[in-house]
Amino acid sequence: MKLGFLVDLNLCMGCKGCEIACKVENEVPLSSWRLRVKYIDIGTFPDTSRNFTPLRCNHCESAPCERICPVSALHYLDNGIVNVDSSRCIGCAGCMMACPYGAIYMDPESNTADKCTYCAHRIEGGMMPACVVACPVEANIFGDIEDETSHISRYIMEHQGNVQVRKPEKHTDPKHFYVGGGNQTLNPLAHERIEGYGLFNNITHLDTIGDPHHSILDRFIAPIFGGHNDHLKNESFLDMPNDADHGSHKEGGHE
Amino acid sequence: MDHGTVIEATKAVVTLDVALPGIIWGWMITLNMWAKSIGTGVVLVGAFLLYRHKKEAMPNLRWLMPVISFIALNVFLLFTLLDLHQPLRMVNIFFHPHWTSAITVGAWMASLFTGLITLMMVIGLLDAFPDLGRHLGIAKTLRAKSSLYEKVFPFVVFLAFPVTMYTAIIMAEASARELWAAPAELIQMLLAAFMVGSASLILIADKWSAEAKKDLAWILALSVAASFIMYMGEYFFSFKAAEVEATLAYVHSGGSYNLQFWAAMVLGYIIPFFIAIGSLKVENRTMMKFAAVTTLIGLYLAKSTWLEIPQMIPLS
Repeated sequence: MKLGFLVDLNLCMGCKGCEIACKVENEVPLSSWRLRVKYIDIGTFPDTSRNFTPLRCNHCESAPCERICPVSALHYLDNGIVNVDSSRCIGCAGCMMACPYGAIYMDPESNTADKCTYCAHRIEGGMMPACVVACPVEANIFGDIEDETSHISRYIMEHQGNVQVRKPEKHTDPKHFYVGGGNQTLNPLAHERIEGYGLFNNITHLDTIGDPHHSILDRFIAPIFGGHNDHLKNESFLDMPNDADHGSHKEGGHE
Repeated sequence: MDHGTVIEATKAVVTLDVALPGIIWGWMITLNMWAKSIGTGVVLVGAFLLYRHKKEAMPNLRWLMPVISFIALNVFLLFTLLDLHQPLRMVNIFFHPHWTSAITVGAWMASLFTGLITLMMVIGLLDAFPDLGRHLGIAKTLRAKSSLYEKVFPFVVFLAFPVTMYTAIIMAEASARELWAAPAELIQMLLAAFMVGSASLILIADKWSAEAKKDLAWILALSVAASFIMYMGEYFFSFKAAEVEATLAYVHSGGSYNLQFWAAMVLGYIIPFFIAIGSLKVENRTMMKFAAVTTLIGLYLAKSTWLEIPQMIPLS
């Protein structure tokens, strides 16, 4: 079995439902993304088009991240998924330097490398990845590419000549395919990034890799005596003081 | 979006995306490479000098060479550790090694190399300073086995080559960064070791014979010249890979990296070359020490530039 992914860019409408589903399913922290949908505008008014490209780990058969990882934190599963064991990761960021697709991030909570695992935990339980389930137009197609009768295999065969992978010249043998893509949508050097492409801010580059409040000293002390950034974890929001029921203003603004 | 920007009609434009990572490997990795070049370079240059000249021509080399190497290697190891986001898990490299990774192989070799250099340093210091630890049992034992220094030295020299070059393999395995091509980086790492190895030894060579000092000047001149030619070739004529071309176009267009690159070339390569060549005819210790210091500064700047510029282009 070799699990693969295919995104039909002709169907994708950029709703970002997959992004959100991934964030929720995998508890991906702020400023980090396992899956993102990039908007690219092509042409000049009035002949313009907006293209949506979901980007995630390509689960390469010859994965540079797996090769460079000094402790096998990145490893292959039998079904072809490139998985991450964050408990083993030393945080050297070698995988971030090696991945030609920029698909790996340093988790700011755990300070370990992380990425899309095709929701390996869901696959193990016989379920589809969260992004596949969430997609309203079934643009995400997932399955066994070694099984000729699988949906993904048939889809690839039906769209022969229009199936692409990103950066084939890197010889990573990605197991993530696109239908309906082009150079301008799949090649990051073929489109321009102009400052201010973020939705709610002008941040184009992250200032820090991993936890921004994690000093060099913390890196040694935190694993033994506990992290100072526990307040950042999702569970901690449940323990936050909540005065909603005690305030003078009830919902709706009326007493 | 900046509405004042003129966009080419045929150019695609990103209109919505997430923030991308900035510099992932920064100054700590630069310092790591720079210090490792010194740590291995003094051994390689020292071995060459010992092959060419008698020990008496370089009286302090036997103990100062491993001392410099030990200090530099510990700076290298310290910043390697500090750059990890989970430094205490460094032990995983030894308990769960993954041998396809140059990081793993390099960590094992560098640890062995540092261990052997430590042994050489201790023996060298005990022999050079007879009063040092005179009453300590371990000092007496090591003094009695002082010939271990000469027995270990060939292995250390042999190991210095892969230890100095393995970072080039790590950079080659970082296949997302096309600027770092394996053969070029391997040679640049080796040349860097000879550059800063000779530069470091120039600073301690006051009482050495004229011939030994001339050899140091030759090594410095040849290594900076060869490395400079390689940098020029890579900087101006790397046309074949799209990402390399995009990276270098970014630097060519100006900005801080452009200034840093040329400052590195002038300080680390051009100034030392002419001073070293001039010193072959008429020796000037002050100028040679000046050249040694500019070499050390220049190499740091060059390493920093070359490490960071390929991290500036978006990968996805």
